[in-house]
Amino acid sequence: MGIDLAQFHEAFFEESFEALESMEAALLKLDVGAPDPEVINTVFRVAHSIKGGAGMFNFSDIASFTHTCETLLDGVRAGRTRLTTAVMDLLLKSVDVMREMLRAAQRKESFDPQKVADLQFDLEVAVANNDVAAAPAAAVQAASAAPATEAQLPEWQISVKPLENMLSRGNEPLALFAALAEHGELSVTASIDAVPPLAKIDPHRCYVHWVLRLKSAASEQQIAEAFEWVEGDCDYRITPAAAVSPAAKPGTPAPAPPPAAAAVAPEVPSPPPAPAEAAAARPAAKTDAAPAANSGDAGSIRVSVGKIDELINTVGEVVITQSMLAQLGALVEGPSAEQLRSGLAQLERNVRELHESVMRVRMLPIGFAFSRFPRLVRDVAQRLGKQIDLKLTGEQTELDKTVLERIGDPLVHLVRNSIDHGIEKPEERVAAGKPAAGTVHLEAFHRGSAIIIEVSDDGRGLDCDRILAKARSRGLVGPSETPSEEAIFELIFLPGFSTAEQTTDLSGRGVGMDVVRRNIKSLGGKIDIRSARGRGSRFSISLPLTLAIVDGQSVCVGCETYIVPLVSIVESLQIKAGGVNRLSNAGEVISFRGDYLPLLRLYELFGAEPRSRAIHEGLVVVVEGEGQRVGLFVDDLRGQQQVVIKSLEANYGHVPGISGATILGDGAVALILDVPGLIRSTARRVAA
Amino acid sequence: MNANPTKTAASDAASRQVLTFVLGEETYGVDILRVQEIRGWSAVTKIPNSPPHVLGVLNLRGSIVPIVDLRKRFNLAQAEYTAVTVIIVLTVRSEAGRRDFGVVVDGVSDVVDVDAGAVKPTPDLGARAATDHISGLVSIAERMVVLLDIDRLIGSQLADSVGADAAAISEAARAA
Repeated sequence: MGIDLAQFHEAFFEESFEALESMEAALLKLDVGAPDPEVINTVFRVAHSIKGGAGMFNFSDIASFTHTCETLLDGVRAGRTRLTTAVMDLLLKSVDVMREMLRAAQRKESFDPQKVADLQFDLEVAVANNDVAAAPAAAVQAASAAPATEAQLPEWQISVKPLENMLSRGNEPLALFAALAEHGELSVTASIDAVPPLAKIDPHRCYVHWVLRLKSAASEQQIAEAFEWVEGDCDYRITPAAAVSPAAKPGTPAPAPPPAAAAVAPEVPSPPPAPAEAAAARPAAKTDAAPAANSGDAGSIRVSVGKIDELINTVGEVVITQSMLAQLGALVEGPSAEQLRSGLAQLERNVRELHESVMRVRMLPIGFAFSRFPRLVRDVAQRLGKQIDLKLTGEQTELDKTVLERIGDPLVHLVRNSIDHGIEKPEERVAAGKPAAGTVHLEAFHRGSAIIIEVSDDGRGLDCDRILAKARSRGLVGPSETPSEEAIFELIFLPGFSTAEQTTDLSGRGVGMDVVRRNIKSLGGKIDIRSARGRGSRFSISLPLTLAIVDGQSVCVGCETYIVPLVSIVESLQIKAGGVNRLSNAGEVISFRGDYLPLLRLYELFGAEPRSRAIHEGLVVVVEGEGQRVGLFVDDLRGQQQVVIKSLEANYGHVPGISGATILGDGAVALILDVPGLIRSTARRVAA
Repeated sequence: MNANPTKTAASDAASRQVLTFVLGEETYGVDILRVQEIRGWSAVTKIPNSPPHVLGVLNLRGSIVPIVDLRKRFNLAQAEYTAVTVIIVLTVRSEAGRRDFGVVVDGVSDVVDVDAGAVKPTPDLGARAATDHISGLVSIAERMVVLLDIDRLIGSQLADSVGADAAAISEAARAA
């Protein structure tokens, strides 16, 4: 072809991996008893496009394998092959093998051909076993075709002789015929003279050639267009047929061919089974592809994450500059000051919108992380002999791409744990009066500026006694100590802690939960456990939506400015002199809407010199986190602004009570308060 | 004890460039390749409960960089921060990756070539902690220059301080 196709390989791989994912998801949606034809069409289409791509890029082994897979799918679609669990397994395995083949091709490694051949053989057996009554069904359809309305149209004779590699390059004669049939009435005669005896047949080769007669007003060029894709893969000749009706009026456009004309004569015995069905199904496949495209990838482009991050960084700087201008603008006086300020207000709105839009670019629905679970649950459950219903909710909940990518593994671990340790065997469940099939529920939703992901199951729950016994035997808990239930649950996050009596290859090696928690913490999130013996457990992960930005309220303490994330602020108020009560030695409390809240004097906590220590001369900011409220005593409130979170840990380290830093409009650094952390430290203090 | 400086000196290339700076009466040197930039003094933002020699953090073109007062670190008499006070921004590499930080010094002197052979090991003064961060001594123009091993000086120091912070906050809380 003269074009270096290698430059498109990466895109092909990327698209194919995505396609395989959607194929897998669609397969898992299929009901073995009553497969939804729409879904089968989706699966078929995906396989077909991978085959086409692989053929085009000369990955002939992938193309050939996918072709076999497609044949089986085609059988399923046509109802010739019953979709049994065995066939499903086979198809899922094929997805795995295709993925591995693609991966190997991507890395330019070779892939174990035996593995492919074995599965391909299984697929072929499955096709052969179920291939029943194809020809009669097709014949009926063909007979009903060919209404003789276009007798006066010119007739073309087209001979098609595929070259050896046409099939292995992913081209299907059937598709070609369907394209031709769009021009008018088509009849196909297959010549099987060249087909060798069965023993000598190479299944990858096409031995059949065809003579087609097409009644159509289309020009030779229009007809030749159908051959564009097979150019170089087959020899063809288009000639006006001898019996052309002279009545053909040049220049008169042909009436649209009736849809029935799309049927193709069924004398084609060997390569693609079920031609009639496939041809009939193709238009259907096209129509349902359109809405799918509208909902999902309408006009999307691929952009590298690096570029987006650059954009986000720049916008972050714009946000900083904007807040600097806003501060300056407030000080300006003079005739045009008012105009300047209204312009700045406009700028602020625009910058905010710009920032939100840019941040949304990075947001992806969590469904991407959830999509692997149906398969995983199916496999794990099968291996363990358990019955699991997987429920997914909130797949549309969006979160930052980085967070999304890094939450996948912890979730896999939690789900595996739920199946392995949580859900009981069917007989155990029935004995306990529960349905035989256990439920694992993955749920995502937004709460404030956090996304909550919950993994819950209705299994046996965490066994406090066993965890405690294990902890005692390891000396983690003293023999006389009786920790609270919560504290016991905490124990399972310790490195190397596992109560599984028998470690399986799935879980129970005790390398898991501490890693899970570390990963979640590194994302600025946390994980909580709730569990009831015999009723199940729930792991609740709370993650920040994005790692880059926060709406903040500036407060000052002494000469330092701190940022309090706006989401955690309940109210700011002034307390009258004497409004603070001391709880013996444990600390101070203030009265707030009928409740008593602990009071944290930030200057004490941070070792700063306050403007005043008298409660009525400063302000109290009531903040909430982890379900608790505390009052923060500060000198004064400043403006509210969006701040870009910068890491303090990159060059320094973690500071308790501080979640990060930001750069203010004047270029100075302000620290961002870690409200949940502050609240935890108060809780510890009160407990102490 | 003496093994450290000798080993460091021997493993270095025959000659290297060193940025020298003054702290009180003494002259110190750091490997020029570790120097990011030299900038004037500007006010820093304090970090709560940080060790005394960590003055705070500065905005260095969008990244947050801690500033260390070397006088405090070396227990020298306190000096005023004036217009000639400078911050040298240095890079340390540790297992945790690359970190940038600034050191406050009285003034920057010169960039000099130091011959590896001319570097003398630090004499054992008995007080181990005091010489751990010194990679050797060298004489330049009749003056003794103390070559600093900044990875040892800061790499461990900031990390330690972070570990101590957890205790510090609960102490601060208890004091309240």
